[in-house]
Amino acid sequence: MATIVKFENVGLRYGIGAETLSDLSFSLERGGFYFLTGASGAGKTSLLRLLFLAQRPSRGLIRLFGEDMVTLPRDRLPLFRRRIGVVFQDFRLIPHLSAFDNVALPLRVAGTSERDIERAVSEMLAWVGLADRISARPATLSGGEQQRVAIARAVIGRPDILVADEPTGNVDPDMAARLLYLFDALNKLGTTIVVATHDVHLLSRVGAATIMHLDSGRLQDPTGALRYPPQREGAA
Amino acid sequence: MRLFRSSPAERRLLLEGRLAGPMPWVIAIMMFLTALAAASGLALGSAARSLGEDLAGRLTIQLPEANPVTREAGKQAIISELRRLGVIEKVEPVSDDQLAALLEPWLGDQGNEADLPIPALIDVTLRRATPADIAEVRKAVGSVSQTARVDAHARWLAPLESLLQSLRWLAAALVLLMAAATATIVVLAARGALNTHRPVIEVMHLLGATDQQVAALFQRRIALDALLGGLAGLAIALSVLALVGSRMSGIGSELLGSASLGLSDWALILCLPLFGALLATVAARLTILFALRNTL
Repeated sequence: MATIVKFENVGLRYGIGAETLSDLSFSLERGGFYFLTGASGAGKTSLLRLLFLAQRPSRGLIRLFGEDMVTLPRDRLPLFRRRIGVVFQDFRLIPHLSAFDNVALPLRVAGTSERDIERAVSEMLAWVGLADRISARPATLSGGEQQRVAIARAVIGRPDILVADEPTGNVDPDMAARLLYLFDALNKLGTTIVVATHDVHLLSRVGAATIMHLDSGRLQDPTGALRYPPQREGAA
Repeated sequence: MRLFRSSPAERRLLLEGRLAGPMPWVIAIMMFLTALAAASGLALGSAARSLGEDLAGRLTIQLPEANPVTREAGKQAIISELRRLGVIEKVEPVSDDQLAALLEPWLGDQGNEADLPIPALIDVTLRRATPADIAEVRKAVGSVSQTARVDAHARWLAPLESLLQSLRWLAAALVLLMAAATATIVVLAARGALNTHRPVIEVMHLLGATDQQVAALFQRRIALDALLGGLAGLAIALSVLALVGSRMSGIGSELLGSASLGLSDWALILCLPLFGALLATVAARLTILFALRNTL
């Protein structure tokens, strides 16, 4: 499988404090499924922010889709961001837009026709079980419903990479299983999935997933699966 | 460049009603003042032009001669001499009755009968008003009478014309200042709107929206607010202009009457809200694009 993300000696420092992330070197394969684990404050969200291009690193090299993201001019960033779906931990739904308009936003940004948007968004909202809440505003939705809208928005554009920060934190086990099934289905279509989670039960649901564990901003990779080129356990 | 066009979905992204905030109302006031200043400037320009056209080619020749017989003979000689010149359009002696009417405010109705040496006056209109033509008239008059004096009307009214021109430039400067103030208001309003909607903009950026897409949302809203404010300001200004116009026509002054607005002047004034909206659009777009450059 081709490498879609490559980090080399990446460090991230906010202000003049200590590095939040240090010496991250790993690669992610196209079509791979990755869980990102670690204690609170380990740097999971910071690593995800680097992945979904909300942040540039303080040092090191990041390549996404074969392009250097550290030196990429900012006017070229939008085209790369459109290839990445993001489920934010705090959902970041736009409060005055309906569930439909929130989910439709990535498609509208990408210039999709309203007819195609209508069909795709309705199907997606039905899939996450919100067909009857299509016109509801986020404030009238429960936490779990908001999370499903956020997930629907992240996957509606069929991204090459899906980055999710605690996507099952506010949903019941049944819905968590359905969402994971959605991620798995997307993964089978070739989308690279990166899920940051505390939920240990989630890790066992996807057998082929690679676990990336962050400890104090450093990546633990005992199996070598994240090295470049990847070295699977037991490989020669 | 999509200056004004946007879909209903794009319009829903920014939550605010039409004419929300003080900007449209401030722009209405600015447009009111701009329209008055522009109308004043254009009317003064028209007055200055009219004054120049009326007086530039007009001369008065004075023949100060105490002896009425000699005076009349000199007057006729000057008229005959002038009528031979090609630069002259019209030569017309001022009659005794007209002179008496002119002097009545100072001498009373007995002035003509008093034994006062009143000079003979001759009104001259030149075909063109070049210094060479005026010099030719002076030469011709001098050849007939050494005491006759040639007065160019333009010389006497030059300070007034200069004042009108100065007022016209002042009005133009006021219009420019008003435009600058309007642009400043728009810049402040755009920055305020940007701060208010920063969470929406961040999400849009992370979903792949370009700076131009974000700017388009704001510039359309600001342009419409500016247009509505501008139309309101213009409507009030037009009412005031109509009132002032009716008062001026009541005075019946020739000078005030010449300070009128032509069709092109009215067209320019009516287009002011459009110019204002365009200015607001460009100012909003540049402000937002400049501010977004500092984000990732």
